[in-house]
Amino acid sequence: MKSKLIAISVGCALTVSSLFSGQAMAEETIKVGVLHSLSGTMAISETTLKDTMLMLIDEQNKKGGLLGKQLEAVVVDPASDWPLFAEKARELIEKEKVASVFGCWTSVSRKSVLPVFEELNSLLFYPVQYEGEESSRNVFYTGAAPNQQAIPAVDYLMNDMGVKRWVLAGTDYVYPRTTNKILEAYLKAKGVADEDIMINYTPFGHSDWQSIVADIKKFGSLGKKTAVVSTINGDANVPFYKELGNQGITADNIPVVAFSVGEEELSGIDTTPLVGHLAAWNYFMSVDGEINDAFIESWQKFIKSEKRVTNDPMEAHYIGFNMWVKAVEKAGTTDPTAVQEAIIGVTVPNLSGGYSAMMPNHHITKPVLIGEIQDNGQFEIVWQTSGMVVGDAWSDFLEGSKDLISDWRSPLSCGNYNVKTGVCSGQK
Amino acid sequence: MLALLTLTTLVVPVCNLLVPENSGLHISTYTMTLLGKYLCYALLAISVDLVWGYLGILSLGHGAFFALGGYAMGMYLMRQIGSRGMYGHPLLPDFMVFLNWQELPWFWHGFHWFWFAMLMVVLVPGLLALVFGWLAFRSRVTGVYLSIITQALTYALLLAFFRNEMGFGGNNGLTDFKDLLGFSLQSDATRAGLFIASALALGLGYLSCLYITRSRLGRLCTAIRDQEDRTRFIGYRVEHFKLWIFTFSAIMAGIAGALYFPQVGIINPGEFAPLASIEIVIWVAVGGRATLYGAAAGALMVNYAKSYLTGAMPDAWLFALGAMFVLVTLLLPRGVTGLLRKKEGN
Amino acid sequence: MYPAETCPCTFKTLLPLLLSALILLLAAPCHGKDPEAQFREGTTLLVQGDFEEKHTGIQKIAASGDQRAETLFLALLDGKLFHLKKDKTLVYATLDNSQAEIKSVLSGETLGTVSHRKIKKITINNSLRSQLKDLLAKIDLKSADARIRTDAVNKLMLSLSPASSSLLTELLETESNSDVREALTTAMAIVDLRSLDSDKKLLALGQLQGNLKPAVRNELQRLLSEEKDINIRSKAESVLSTIETKTTLYGLVETLFFGLSLGSVLVLAAIGLAITFGVIGVINMAHGELIMLGAYTTYVIQQLLPGSIGIALFLSIPAAFLVSGLTGIAIERLVIRFLYGRPLETLLATFGVSLILQQAVRSIFSPLNRSVASPAWMSGSWQLNPILSLTTNRITILVFSLLVFTGLYLLLKKSSIGLQVRAVAQNRNMARAMGIRAAKVDALTFGLGSGIAGIAGVALSQLTNVGPNLGQAYIIDSFMVVVFGGVGNLWGTLIGGLSLGVANKFLEPWAGAVLAKILILVFIILFIQKRPQGLFPQKGRAAG
Repeated sequence: MKSKLIAISVGCALTVSSLFSGQAMAEETIKVGVLHSLSGTMAISETTLKDTMLMLIDEQNKKGGLLGKQLEAVVVDPASDWPLFAEKARELIEKEKVASVFGCWTSVSRKSVLPVFEELNSLLFYPVQYEGEESSRNVFYTGAAPNQQAIPAVDYLMNDMGVKRWVLAGTDYVYPRTTNKILEAYLKAKGVADEDIMINYTPFGHSDWQSIVADIKKFGSLGKKTAVVSTINGDANVPFYKELGNQGITADNIPVVAFSVGEEELSGIDTTPLVGHLAAWNYFMSVDGEINDAFIESWQKFIKSEKRVTNDPMEAHYIGFNMWVKAVEKAGTTDPTAVQEAIIGVTVPNLSGGYSAMMPNHHITKPVLIGEIQDNGQFEIVWQTSGMVVGDAWSDFLEGSKDLISDWRSPLSCGNYNVKTGVCSGQK
Repeated sequence: MLALLTLTTLVVPVCNLLVPENSGLHISTYTMTLLGKYLCYALLAISVDLVWGYLGILSLGHGAFFALGGYAMGMYLMRQIGSRGMYGHPLLPDFMVFLNWQELPWFWHGFHWFWFAMLMVVLVPGLLALVFGWLAFRSRVTGVYLSIITQALTYALLLAFFRNEMGFGGNNGLTDFKDLLGFSLQSDATRAGLFIASALALGLGYLSCLYITRSRLGRLCTAIRDQEDRTRFIGYRVEHFKLWIFTFSAIMAGIAGALYFPQVGIINPGEFAPLASIEIVIWVAVGGRATLYGAAAGALMVNYAKSYLTGAMPDAWLFALGAMFVLVTLLLPRGVTGLLRKKEGN
Repeated sequence: MYPAETCPCTFKTLLPLLLSALILLLAAPCHGKDPEAQFREGTTLLVQGDFEEKHTGIQKIAASGDQRAETLFLALLDGKLFHLKKDKTLVYATLDNSQAEIKSVLSGETLGTVSHRKIKKITINNSLRSQLKDLLAKIDLKSADARIRTDAVNKLMLSLSPASSSLLTELLETESNSDVREALTTAMAIVDLRSLDSDKKLLALGQLQGNLKPAVRNELQRLLSEEKDINIRSKAESVLSTIETKTTLYGLVETLFFGLSLGSVLVLAAIGLAITFGVIGVINMAHGELIMLGAYTTYVIQQLLPGSIGIALFLSIPAAFLVSGLTGIAIERLVIRFLYGRPLETLLATFGVSLILQQAVRSIFSPLNRSVASPAWMSGSWQLNPILSLTTNRITILVFSLLVFTGLYLLLKKSSIGLQVRAVAQNRNMARAMGIRAAKVDALTFGLGSGIAGIAGVALSQLTNVGPNLGQAYIIDSFMVVVFGGVGNLWGTLIGGLSLGVANKFLEPWAGAVLAKILILVFIILFIQKRPQGLFPQKGRAAG
């Protein structure tokens, strides 16, 4: 019996000891939470963003900090485990009392922490392109909404390359599903017939693309110009592009435009079979401009490697962080409610040479760029929107959301206001 | 074990709700939810220990029962949102609205009743275990083969739940829960209530397992574990016993899941991952198999280590976890509690 | 938008039809404009313009009919066309590290070497790329390589017009290669199908009987939607139905190949496991990570031997065998040998090992995927007929997995080591009594199984990502194959793997990729209930 007690007490003691630790904190710093997976499947992408945040905070401190105080990064590892994201978010806000949090990559992790941020009224800056259909008082979406990535890309293919037949290929999860729903509606609105659209979903990490690529090849052999719009996620991309190359599909007969393939992903791929295929983002490392050169230089210096690349979500953090800094300065406090009010309308330079502004729907304005993959793993920019595109929280092409708008300014102050019924459901 | 559990059950909610926040004895909501989570893990670990430690069935698919219980609860919570979703649809959960579903799939009906959902928490994992066990034990699939097909089972469910057509929210899973039986899930009192419920469930689960293992049935289980054929020759219908214990254990896992997910706020198909199920087995192995309290302690220890290490040394976490597996199986075949008992013996 | 004086070469007539390009290059430069001036104008646009202006530039260069155009276009396609930053001179450049050897485009003289920072590449996009390819297709039609000629004709087939007829006839007169001739006749028949003469149409239909080229099928479908003449319709329908039947048939052959190829990957991944699991009864959860080590070995060797991808790949096979094999032996000596007879514990311990190996790779090589290149002979495909082509990398891997299987089978059946391994597997005590050192045999067997996993890793590096998660993706599938095939039976693994692969591929078209996989898993679960020992149960005393 004694051993039992010891065993249990050891377990409990360990746990309870965690309760009271970490209480001591220095009042003179402003804490910034960094919530990115450093282990598990998402570590591949998210570790870079953690480093980006450390660099940005470091640079801000060198410039004299914020409101006369130094910034302090609090890094936690949610380990690509979705419930753990919520737990760590609560830890950051309740225990560490951070002023704001920069983090998350996958939609499911954002969904997991969302109730926590709303309950405890804190701020989250989310830097990754996503499916839209969300607008929370506590979240700022600095990545692209579908209308800032997918729709311009399709426009480009349709108008500049004369594409008539469309393959929408994606991994089976919410982002591709929603994006493809939107694109399907958009294409049909543009007069594309049902039989000219082929939609295909595959599981995560799908590695045997033989049949699907053969289908795409058949679909594209009807004489009409065909393109693939790919929302294929991460690891499944390499075997997909390899199979395309081997079955003789090249960028000039059936181009593939991808929304999840960036510089970082390309650095792990033999790019030979990919040359000429496209990607749509709001930033490419190859953008010409002093501000971008300076960013790349300080990044490579910070990470101590000349080989490291920059990518779109990094730029999103760059914009988001600078917006937060500016809003805190404007409000004169880090109080979340004050910052929420102050940040709307804040404008900061982005890395592609323009200015991005925070809109009332908590999405930002961005340019849309289309790049062709080069053999050195970089993108050659072949097209870009003439101005900034405003991120749209609620798509106009989805049945359920076309009547919804989001405006967090008073008096409306609602994330999902239905203009037809005049009702604001959800968070107010 | 029980005394300690009772103590925690009483102290933690009191310290959270009644002790003022600036007091040194205050326990934050963060800590309470964390402890509540651990209690559910402990219940899950006990359910695995019951079949592995006492019956010799190494299930690499118990995460599936846990998740199924959680999904049943999650479906109830989703229905409770009602028209407060983002789209304000009176019937359909948000994820169905934006994927243009027109009506509620048949298997979602009934989940707006709490009693029905609770019935499903028990029935779904129970029935799955019953059918699976009936097939497996009847044809005398044992040992490693059984482990591998339990793994195949959870893997198949993982793939299935990832599919958006299934109507369970795909990769994003079920989230944004609002309230349970009318109580807001965001209030501390509800959290304390869930915490107490988890503690009670753990206590009851522990007691019933204790009862099973100490009864004649328990001795029979040990006999099956150690010499299955001989037990059969003596005249016992081995597969019946296995089946019922396995089903009971699955139900326990389901209940643990149903209590776990409202506390963490999200359920996602990732819970079906074979890796997650193997991790549960590790809790039991670390704590000491065939000692119910050891399993519970193992769940606490490993999870605490995980919480701590993923924060302190993210890179080292997998090394530590891996080394733990190897060292425990090599050096501590009876787990940490085995070590303590040995000392006591000396 | 486009200058009016370039009368026949406006955008509309030029782009869709290679034919116009042909007129341009064959016949004469545009009237009313000095070719040299036009060529220069074009090059200026290439240097200074945006993509649209470059488009016009290319048109102008083509229209000038200048001899230099072909070289220029080829260089532009290959990314070898640059301009000097200081004076915008258009040059060809060959890059050698940071130095570039440059040659003037206009004069053709060599201009020496400059730093690569001094020059800037003339970039093109996909629409320019296809414009250039269309222009060059004319050159391709006259290429010395018959294959290129065939491709050019096939491409021409997608944009035929009644006017193509004379060109085709002209080409047919001089053509001697049978493949090209066939393509040309097909193209002519398609042109005839569009004529107004019913007899011509019927004749053409006769010629197209059984022709599988996609253009033919499209044309027939178009014809059926427009044609009124009942004779022609019925003839066209019969021709089309023959084509459809053949297409279905070849579709089945293709699916079968896909299935076998998927199966061969499964066999490769599982066969090492079949040895460790089957012969010495050890569940090795780290098997996937041993595969991963093999893939990383390929990566390392490729890094050591840059420039000779093919040789590196061959060297990787023994190297990966050694790396994974030695790791396997180390695992056996350090962990597994203490756990013989306790299979469930081995499962847990090796799972721990797998986590350690994964994290080790992550720490050493970074969590990012590594890029492993494929040698040229492994990319592309083997074209059997217009609608059936088999990719060479898949064929290579299919053959490779059969070779590995045969090698392993012979080793176990014919060599003395194999004999010892089988003896220990069948009756450990008896084998020891006969003087076999069981412990050594265990280690060797485990090393062999692990080494094979390493070889599988080399093959997988050619198909998929080389990253820390590689192993996890294959471990469950490997277990399924071994359990399905029957433990301890190499034939079982082979047949099991191939049949699961084929079943998966036949299910995929109507169930989708995800559901197909789920169905296969459910099938295996049920199958094991029916036959707990798998497809080929071990016979005799060793069973059970």
